[in-house]
Amino acid sequence: MTSESGGAGRGAHSGFTLSINDPTVRAVVFQVLIIGAVVLLGWWLVHNTLDNLARRSIATGFGFLEREASFGIGESMIDYHPRDSYGRAFLVGVLNTLKVSVIGIIVATVIGTLVGIARLSSNWLLAKLASLYVEVVRNVPPLLQLFVWYAVITESMPSVREAFNPLPGVFLSQRGIKIPVPESDPVWNWMIVALLVGVAAAIAMTRWARARQARTGQPFPVGLASLGLIFGMPLLTWLVGGAPTAMDVPRVQGFNFVGGATMSPEFFAILFGLSIYTAGFIAEVVRSGIVAVNWGQTEAARSLGLSSGNTLRLVVLPQALRVIVPPLTSQYLNLTKNSSLALAIGYPDLVSIANTTINQTGQSIEGVAMIMGTYLTISLGISLFMNWYNKRIALVER
Amino acid sequence: MATTTSAAAQRQTGTDAIIQCVGVHKWYGEFHVLKDINLSVRKGERIVVCGPSGSGKSTLIRCINRLEEHQRGQIIVDGIELTNNLKNIELVRREVGMVFQHFNLFPHLTVLENCTLAPIWVRRQPKAEAEATAMKYLERVQIASQANKFPGQLSGGQQQRVAIARSLCMSPKIMLFDEPTSALDPEMVKEVLDVMIGLAETGMTMLCVTHEMGFAKSVADRVIFMDRGEIVEQNTPDEFFTNPRSERTRLFLSQILSH
Repeated sequence: MTSESGGAGRGAHSGFTLSINDPTVRAVVFQVLIIGAVVLLGWWLVHNTLDNLARRSIATGFGFLEREASFGIGESMIDYHPRDSYGRAFLVGVLNTLKVSVIGIIVATVIGTLVGIARLSSNWLLAKLASLYVEVVRNVPPLLQLFVWYAVITESMPSVREAFNPLPGVFLSQRGIKIPVPESDPVWNWMIVALLVGVAAAIAMTRWARARQARTGQPFPVGLASLGLIFGMPLLTWLVGGAPTAMDVPRVQGFNFVGGATMSPEFFAILFGLSIYTAGFIAEVVRSGIVAVNWGQTEAARSLGLSSGNTLRLVVLPQALRVIVPPLTSQYLNLTKNSSLALAIGYPDLVSIANTTINQTGQSIEGVAMIMGTYLTISLGISLFMNWYNKRIALVER
Repeated sequence: MATTTSAAAQRQTGTDAIIQCVGVHKWYGEFHVLKDINLSVRKGERIVVCGPSGSGKSTLIRCINRLEEHQRGQIIVDGIELTNNLKNIELVRREVGMVFQHFNLFPHLTVLENCTLAPIWVRRQPKAEAEATAMKYLERVQIASQANKFPGQLSGGQQQRVAIARSLCMSPKIMLFDEPTSALDPEMVKEVLDVMIGLAETGMTMLCVTHEMGFAKSVADRVIFMDRGEIVEQNTPDEFFTNPRSERTRLFLSQILSH
């Protein structure tokens, strides 16, 4: 419809003629044709589906979500039992997908940024190793990588009886990684409160430091002091609270472990597989963002006497981010969507659980619609946030 | 050979030299870009460096604040020799302002922030003080009214004047200009040259790579002609333009002054 205003202006100038050579007429004709085709296709699909459903007498609707799921799920962030409903099973899947996506995005960003900067390093070995990482990871299909990670854990790790015990209380075996967790004590809750207080204090201190530098010109080691506050506050609370050391240590009982916390082989494989795969792409995004900033910017900053660290922080990175953020958003979306590959290694993500549900109930249209709706919601959420951030750091041009 | 060149350097070296290049060589791979450069610049001296493109004139002034490394010889700026010592390089860069052909303003910062960035982070000035200084220099280059705009909103000539003000905010002892008017539209060249002439009148030590021969005639104390990595000739502007000694200089002058 944008070409219409330009065309109308010209049409008014030269007098109105109904010709296919008039851009306005062309635009309207093509749009009507395309909309017509889309509506026709949509009607055909819906009609065909309803017809088939009626012929096989399958009931439509989301009523099945209330029924008993009667299948077990390997791991869950909320309480779940086979007697619970399909709806609750689906929620377990959504949470598992979110868990992998959120942690995966953080891990992939950290690895990707480090590798991307390493590729630009003047250290020959470091740069070549980073290149090797990127090329290997980018050129092997992600599904294959997941199989490799899964095989590494389940095949090369010892059985429970012979679990590898690198640190006291930590066990590596075919059943995943077992770590000790502290036994419940009110002090732990207070430490979480202290952590939040520490974060708030760090933010307040950053503001104070900025104001002080504006006033006196003296910079303040904000990074170190923030780390001190964020980790120091919980540590202090722990000491004041009597320094409880009671731990719930995993131990072998019969054929399995009891106690402690577990990272399952499936979760480990999907998390590290996806993070390492996506990090290869993020590394290239970060590298291209930094390279995209004109070398003259670095020269100008250095010739003013700024140190290399300050040049990177104050001049190069703020400009690189504006190049990095849009393709980074795509990578975050890819990671989230690729988490559906979890199906192949048995991690109970959204797709895996929806698949089981579809197999048991036959409600494939509803099931697929729910998968699509969930991914769409997560993806749009990520997009919205990243677009907001991108707009915030965008450059002002004339 | 080495003894005669260092003797020549000794002869040129005044007691008040603020920049001293002695037997400087530089290679880009196989390409010998600077050949035995001996140059001494007195405090307050205004020097124009000219020569055909590829003659090494930009490389020479970029060596003076170590944006390029030289491989042989000595460069001493304000009593500090430029070596691999990063602290010394940063010390020298604080005292040496540089203006680039393509301005290289920071596009994500306002004009004012461009000018206060280095004083705040390098000189550790309070923000209010840095801003006051910046406004003083922005007024001097007649662009104070645009202080809160971004570089992308200014014309080329305005951007180059901001770049000059940005360098001046560090109160440098030396200003280097690397073809400051070459990327400008003809009607904007004058506004930048006027600022540079004004700066010359304050007694600033200036080294300027430029093809603006009018500027050289009216401002320079000395004109240096470079060709193929060598300093071919250096003289006062009067002598240089009316009575060039070498054949290469004569050829160059006939080419740029013919129209």
